[in-house]
Amino acid sequence: LFQPAVSVGNVGQLAIDLVISTLDMTKVGYFYTDCLVPMVGNNPYATSEENSKELSINAEVYLLPSKKLVVLQIRSPFIKNKYRPFCDTLLSWVKSCNCARVVVLSSSHAYQRDDEQLLGTPLRYLLTPDLEKAVGGHIQELKWKEMEKVAAYPGVNDTEKVLHIPGGGITKLLFTESCSKGIQMAVLLKFCSEGDNIPDAFALVSYLNDWLQLIKSEVNTSSQWKAPSSWRLLFGSGLPPALF
Amino acid sequence: MATFFGEVVVAPSRSGVDEEEEAREETPEDREIRRELEKKREVDVHWTLKSGATAESSAGEPFLCSKFIVAIGHNAAAFLSSFILDSVCWEVVGVVKLWNEWCRTPNTTNVLPTDSFCLFYRLISDPTVLLCQCSCYVAEDQQFQWLEKVFSCMQKESLQVTILSTCPVADYKTQESTLTLPSPFLKALKTKEFQEHVCCPLLEQPNIVRDLPAA
Repeated sequence: LFQPAVSVGNVGQLAIDLVISTLDMTKVGYFYTDCLVPMVGNNPYATSEENSKELSINAEVYLLPSKKLVVLQIRSPFIKNKYRPFCDTLLSWVKSCNCARVVVLSSSHAYQRDDEQLLGTPLRYLLTPDLEKAVGGHIQELKWKEMEKVAAYPGVNDTEKVLHIPGGGITKLLFTESCSKGIQMAVLLKFCSEGDNIPDAFALVSYLNDWLQLIKSEVNTSSQWKAPSSWRLLFGSGLPPALF
Repeated sequence: MATFFGEVVVAPSRSGVDEEEEAREETPEDREIRRELEKKREVDVHWTLKSGATAESSAGEPFLCSKFIVAIGHNAAAFLSSFILDSVCWEVVGVVKLWNEWCRTPNTTNVLPTDSFCLFYRLISDPTVLLCQCSCYVAEDQQFQWLEKVFSCMQKESLQVTILSTCPVADYKTQESTLTLPSPFLKALKTKEFQEHVCCPLLEQPNIVRDLPAA
């Protein structure tokens, strides 16, 4: 199961859009939930007149049987105080479906990086202990960087370290809950800032692909991911000619 | 986060999870305050289906409804008032009472057009046709409640629901500038099950609808 965390720059959600759009996944269901702000629109992955008329809502599930892949896309923010119930419901659903592994795509505020994190790759990963046992070796080979822990009481006591994912939304909660529930979960995240986060989404999805090989990775990977039609006009309508 | 002027501000997080909120455990006092606030923000639906008698929404059988037209927002509500509703053909059969930071619904069904209210009307000649004027703002956390409480009272087989709403033209995303668009204009969204002819073009991607009409 792949799913995004609603996080800084919406990078996780954009990356999931790329996965669904490129792999041409089929919608198989949705979450009827009071935890997310309602929204509705026409099919965001429409490629023609005929398939553009299907309604799409805030939390939908897509399937690719050939790769035994299920993807959850979340399209709106959490309603105040509802993110915990949502996480609980989501994790029970994961357990009840006997889902083998969960990958959460997320992001974290770039401005919160320390001096060392400012250098090198902005991509990070986290694995729950159960998944570490299964794929830890492969991840080591990829030479990926694990998300660093930070001091719980900076300045006062630098020895006690905690996981801190600023701007990551429910990422930390999902991860810590999965650790305690024995769920095999991986978190892939990118440090970024708000703005045009399309390049961040491409980077994150390539990172995912380096591990799981969803599509054949060639030299110029960004051209192989298909942006959905709904990504048009991300920054508003055309400009009035009278402006110039 | 540093702004262009050099000041450091806390940026609102698009992640929707407040960092402070996340770190702090809820004390019993917090829980009590939250419960009180939730009670205050509850949505109450009252039906007066038989003239004179009030019935709580939870009691009684769901009533038969063939068409349900919901007008959300002042403009849509005004449209119904001006062109559809009159005291001869329509009778008030229900009211929604709610409170949030933006509005409080009045205690009476005798409302002024400038009030924020949510009333249900029934067509006297065909009591299965229901109409709702909702000019009050239903907050995010109340939308699902409104939806569940209102729809739980009706039989949903062969029910046709029409939702009327308005959005600012400036929010509409299109290739050309919205300034040159002939406005106002109509767009529609429909479910697969709606087989009838739609009187206007469908809403193009990437435009979306949110809040109560979406719910």
